[in-house]
Amino acid sequence: MSLFNVFNIASSSMAAQSQRLNVVASNLANADSATSSTGEPYRSRQVVFSTLQVADKGASGVKVAGVVHDASPMKRVYEPKHPMADADGYITMPNVNVVDEMVNMMSASRSYQNSVDMMNTTKTLLQKALTIGR
Amino acid sequence: MTSKLDNALNFHQTALNVRAARQELLSSNIANGDTPNYKARDIDFSSVLSDALSSNTNKAGLTTTSPMHLASKSENSIVSQALYRVPQQPSADGNTVEMDAERAKFADNSIKYDASLTFISGQIRNLMTAIQER
Repeated sequence: MSLFNVFNIASSSMAAQSQRLNVVASNLANADSATSSTGEPYRSRQVVFSTLQVADKGASGVKVAGVVHDASPMKRVYEPKHPMADADGYITMPNVNVVDEMVNMMSASRSYQNSVDMMNTTKTLLQKALTIGR
Repeated sequence: MTSKLDNALNFHQTALNVRAARQELLSSNIANGDTPNYKARDIDFSSVLSDALSSNTNKAGLTTTSPMHLASKSENSIVSQALYRVPQQPSADGNTVEMDAERAKFADNSIKYDASLTFISGQIRNLMTAIQER
């Protein structure tokens, strides 16, 4: 039954978008983490979406194909009193772009809302279909 | 053997199936609004419906006696007739989903599914009246 597939598609999208939101939260929380368990400063992470085959060919959901580390250069900040500062007085800070991440967050939450809306519409249709012949 | 009852309900039943398949495709488009290189798909409703109606009336489907045989037209053929949408504003990541257009088509398809349900319920009510001689 194809209408039930809409639930699978919408829930796959919600799962993917919430993972994206998680990654955004991680990036924003660590925007100022000059060091980590590996001793390196935090590197921004981004999710990569790809399609996910749900049932028959044609319609597809979304899955997170992977989380990649942002390759853009790290920020160099002049802070000579910082314990991590190098000989020139610079520290390396994470390459998190806070504005980008806020935009990412809004986009993820809108896409999530879209999926919820889609599910609700389909639920109403299916409930109405159940009343055929009453 | 198709009875008169089957014939009476056939049109709206087929229409509902095609609407449900289209709903699935549109939801897949909306879910993949952020997936790079995803190509939005849709069906041409009237041509798919007339095709489904003509294949319903002559049920001369091929019987397969071996798994090696080619499958005859099944309900999946609705989705296999999906076409790719031509984007009005192509995006840099190769994604052709235009969220506003997709949402509008999703709402349109939901209303028409609802309408078909109302029609089929009305038809059943008419038939019931005829059967019960009241």
